Amino acid sequence: MNFTLLITVLVTAITLVVAAYVMAKLLGPRSYAKVKGEPYESGIPTRGSSWLPVSVGFYLFAILFLMFDVETVFLYPWAVVVKEFGAMALLSIGFFLVVLVLGLAYAWRKGDLEWK
Amino acid sequence: MFDFSIFTTWFDALLRDTLGLGDFWSILIECVLVGAGILAGYALIAMLMIMMERWVCAYFQCRLGPTRVGFHGTLQIFADVLKMLVKEIFFVDRADKLLYAVAPLLVIIASVGTFSFLPWNNGAHVLDFNVGIFLVTAISSIGVVGIFLAGWGSNNKYSVVSAMRAAVQMISYEMSLCLCLITAVILTGTMQMSGIVEAQTGAFKWLIFQGHIPAIIAFVVFLIAGNAEANRGPFDMAEAESELTAGHHTEYSGMGFGFFYLAEFLNLFIIAGLASAVFLGGWAPINIGVDAFDTVMNYIPGIVWFFGKTLLVVWLLMWVKWTFPRLRIDQILKLEWKYLMPLGLINLVLMTIVVALGLYIK
Repeated sequence: MNFTLLITVLVTAITLVVAAYVMAKLLGPRSYAKVKGEPYESGIPTRGSSWLPVSVGFYLFAILFLMFDVETVFLYPWAVVVKEFGAMALLSIGFFLVVLVLGLAYAWRKGDLEWK
Repeated sequence: MFDFSIFTTWFDALLRDTLGLGDFWSILIECVLVGAGILAGYALIAMLMIMMERWVCAYFQCRLGPTRVGFHGTLQIFADVLKMLVKEIFFVDRADKLLYAVAPLLVIIASVGTFSFLPWNNGAHVLDFNVGIFLVTAISSIGVVGIFLAGWGSNNKYSVVSAMRAAVQMISYEMSLCLCLITAVILTGTMQMSGIVEAQTGAFKWLIFQGHIPAIIAFVVFLIAGNAEANRGPFDMAEAESELTAGHHTEYSGMGFGFFYLAEFLNLFIIAGLASAVFLGGWAPINIGVDAFDTVMNYIPGIVWFFGKTLLVVWLLMWVKWTFPRLRIDQILKLEWKYLMPLGLINLVLMTIVVALGLYIK
């Protein structure tokens, strides 16, 4: 039943978007002009494509995110059983957390956390 | 407490036994009703949020806000929706048409998906997986993809810059969000949404009371990270009006823009709803162990508690938005990676120690 509901939610979201688009197509006016198809860049004529290489800083943070997010995924199943395991839980995750913190400290020391 | 599942089981029995419908038809009818309910709730709450934002913003800036359309401007939002619906949807010539059209869909899927996890009352929830909290974070991260594709697909220089900023900000703050939720899971011992709320019923059992110091730290960090995750001020770098016009949705008109607008306000409600469900007890009434007081509190329906707490948190977030100036991108990333992340990790260990030694309110 749970997965049926998940699909229901997905279908609901898609229905909402498609229905609104169809309604707008039916109700809205339609016209075309060459200027209308230009991207809005504060009235300055567009030069070249916008798909340019962007600052490498964004990618650095994306890579950092990838590493740390995967590690937080491992923490979820552990968090559920902490109450049963008590102090053992802290010991068993200790090494993992130390590596995690060391990773953050290393990135910090290397200056990866600075915005460049 | 009143259990809403009495109603759902009664309805199920009505379809199957009284009307004698088969498995397929009863499930289909139920699913359609659930879908309609989600849509109605989603639209109504979005309108409520937009109106509340206008009035709260006007209040903080010492002005009146909308007053003309309807009684005290109550019909303003309906006028706005009508305007959006009848506007033309057009594409930029050089845009990547597929990505451009798919982006609002992804944003709405993420928003409706997380919205369905909120526990409205005892037994009244749409989705209730045993990995609930984990799935919420998983579904909410689809929104990042939607916003990024919107900016990238528009082929507008402002939008591309905004897309990069939004993506880096949202993925960064997702870390803190996850860490805070894990802290809460440690104390409740379950990831299921209904289980988390149930663990908070009883005298001083709300998580911020039950888990005292680490839970309060987690709650505050969750609110900050959630505010950033919803792309709202002071973290609205991605759609900084004064420099990027409207950011990733510059090129969207009519309902295309409407979906980003809807999702933005709903995400505010969802963040507040999650905060109140996980840390403030959701539908659980406040109990202090005195019989007379507890009985009176238990008479107030769970949905009133849930809405009360959620709107309180929403109001708090709006207060923050209209008080603080916008942060720069380097400040945003510094706040996350150098302050909230280490704080979240320390807090995680602190909570583990508290739980291991049994220092929480049992």
